[in-house]
Amino acid sequence: MTKTISYSQGILEAFEYVLSHYPESFILGQGVWSPWYVGNSMQGLDKKFGKERVIDSPVSEGVCTGVGVGASLFGHKPIIVHPRMDFMILAMDSIVNQAAKWSYMFAGQAHPCVTIRSIINRGGEQGAQHSQALHSWFAHIPGLRVVMPYSPKDARDLLIASILCNDPVLYIDDRWLYEQEEYVEDIQEIDLSLQGPKVIRAGEDITIVAASYSCFLGVEVAKLLQTEGISCEVVDLRIINPLDITPVLKSIRKTRKVIVLDGGWKNCGLAGEIIASIVENIEPGLLMSPPKRFTISETPAPTSIELEKIYYPTVTDICDFVRTMF
Amino acid sequence: MEAIRILEKPKSKQLGDLSDPEMFRHNLSINVQDVTKLCAQLEKMIFIRAVEESIAELVRDGEVKCPCHLSVGQEAIAVGIAQHLNSSDRAFGNHRSHSHFLAMGGDMESLFAEVFGKETGCSKGRGGSMHIYAGEVGFHGSVPIVAGTIPVAVGAALSAKLSGSNAVGVAFFGDGACEEGIVHESLNFASIMKLPMLFVVENNLFSSHLDICLRQPSDSTARFAVAHEMESRVVDGNDVVAVDKAAAELIERARAGHGPGFLEAITYRWLGHVGGNSDIDVGVRRSQSELESWKKRDPISRLYRALEEKGNYTKSKLQDFEKATQDLIKTAIEKARRAPWPKADTLCEHTYDEKVI
Ligand SMILES: Cc1ncc(C[n+]2csc(CCOP(=O)(O)OP(=O)(O)O)c2C)c(N)n1
Ligand SMILES: [Mg+2]
Repeated sequence: MTKTISYSQGILEAFEYVLSHYPESFILGQGVWSPWYVGNSMQGLDKKFGKERVIDSPVSEGVCTGVGVGASLFGHKPIIVHPRMDFMILAMDSIVNQAAKWSYMFAGQAHPCVTIRSIINRGGEQGAQHSQALHSWFAHIPGLRVVMPYSPKDARDLLIASILCNDPVLYIDDRWLYEQEEYVEDIQEIDLSLQGPKVIRAGEDITIVAASYSCFLGVEVAKLLQTEGISCEVVDLRIINPLDITPVLKSIRKTRKVIVLDGGWKNCGLAGEIIASIVENIEPGLLMSPPKRFTISETPAPTSIELEKIYYPTVTDICDFVRTMF
Repeated sequence: MEAIRILEKPKSKQLGDLSDPEMFRHNLSINVQDVTKLCAQLEKMIFIRAVEESIAELVRDGEVKCPCHLSVGQEAIAVGIAQHLNSSDRAFGNHRSHSHFLAMGGDMESLFAEVFGKETGCSKGRGGSMHIYAGEVGFHGSVPIVAGTIPVAVGAALSAKLSGSNAVGVAFFGDGACEEGIVHESLNFASIMKLPMLFVVENNLFSSHLDICLRQPSDSTARFAVAHEMESRVVDGNDVVAVDKAAAELIERARAGHGPGFLEAITYRWLGHVGGNSDIDVGVRRSQSELESWKKRDPISRLYRALEEKGNYTKSKLQDFEKATQDLIKTAIEKARRAPWPKADTLCEHTYDEKVI
């Protein structure tokens, strides 16, 4: 059966699916009983599956994440929810030193299969500590899979795959995508380790590489530039660690131009990594112009609406930039 | 499966009557020799409430869009503590800090400009309601990461001690913040270093939608002070006299080099966690009747009635003061509306110190 779902509905359906099919799964995090914290992406789960399996927590990011790691070692499939990525910073040790390294340190004898869901929640004059997109930090860490869905179908299917995956997974969704809709088939379980970047819009003249909300911008840019005779191919990275650059290279071999969009900062960020991987692997002389990246300004998020307007890249900004590459 | 945690209010509450809104409704008991101070405190509370109620209205009307966490109902805590602080002290706040900023003497017009996002704001429109600053009066910043400023305040106290200054560090935070590990590290550190520090917990019994008894095994956070061998007081946070007295004792001790103090003030917020409405229907177990009941334990009217009863404050004086306050607020809002926006080419300013050494 096919139907239309929104991105946030995709997340909700993934949770419903996992909680119904896997009794060993449970959710722990701040605001999961509240109608405000996580939009409508978890609405009613506590009523449907009980407050023992959908657990609202104290203001304790550190311990909640750590217990997710611990419980995952003993047969549970915990999903830890951080309603804002900024708050998850208080849980860095459990994620980076513990979860990501556990399998390796003990030579694969134990696997913390915890899933950590964290939300990028920007805009609305929230300012520096409530607006960060820190995915690049986490993609730096071997042992931690980092998933960033763009499409509603991926929001659903990659969340399920993340929870079923035997490795620790950081699943990052973006509030700015919640209303996006897509026509989808019934749920089919997929293996996260087999997923990688996908071409989500075919084109001839330039490759736009992006993940999550930046894919949305990329697709809008492609639509607009199409009317001016610039044909853009958009590659959705989907999973940023471990990173499979092959589909990106394949696209670039066709278009011979590339721009990477990222909602994070430039220095040591995802966009830089993609470009480095391209430059290392692409045949000399193939690119018709230097690879480019479009990221946010190198400054924390302001609150004032007038500064916020120029802080986050818009379709117009990116189109202007892409035109200069022709 | 057995319920994995208590979902009902515990039978025996450590706070006892202090968390019962039916109690402590009486007029405050006041000393005649304190009348001047008490009148000033009354006016300060009225002023803070009026400012916050206007901000609530601006939020409801959609004119102010940054997230605003208001302290309506909790004014006595900031006022009672600020009484004992001066501009060389080092106070830090959290997401709910308009009252701290104003009680310490922060410029009201710059607060309005800030919530509007204007260049004339106390953080030049970079911070909004959740990141406010008035270093000139000893308020060294508020931020919304829960517990974020607590170790910073301890550092300010360490610096005061190292430099032989008699300044104190003050951290204002909530009951919810006590669930963050860093609070316990901060208490321990301040205690072993005997720092001139005051930890202030505004225990309003809620962390956003969750009642404290769904989050902690006890409704009182002063137990953490006991664990760290720190002098502590638990007071009715809607009684400015009680807050003032406890703050005086703890701050005096800290200044005199006898180490940190912990002041837990029990209170209740009248508005929702964020924004201008009271969120009675969405808060888990925050009922309309409980809210109405707490409004009868109003820190302002309890002091006003006490002063009025003895003829130290009058209805007409109150009306005059309220009117004057409204005029100041109106002017501040008008100024904020007309103030310039931050310029686009200044977006990246202040990321680093721009001074060249
Ligand atoms: C590290 C972190 N975790 C979670 C949040 C979300 N949050 C903002 S305010 C708040 C409630 C804090 O409650 P409390 O400390 O009691 O302060 P109150 O709002 O009651 O004044 C929470 C959970 C946050 N801002 N930062
Ligand atoms: Mg609280």
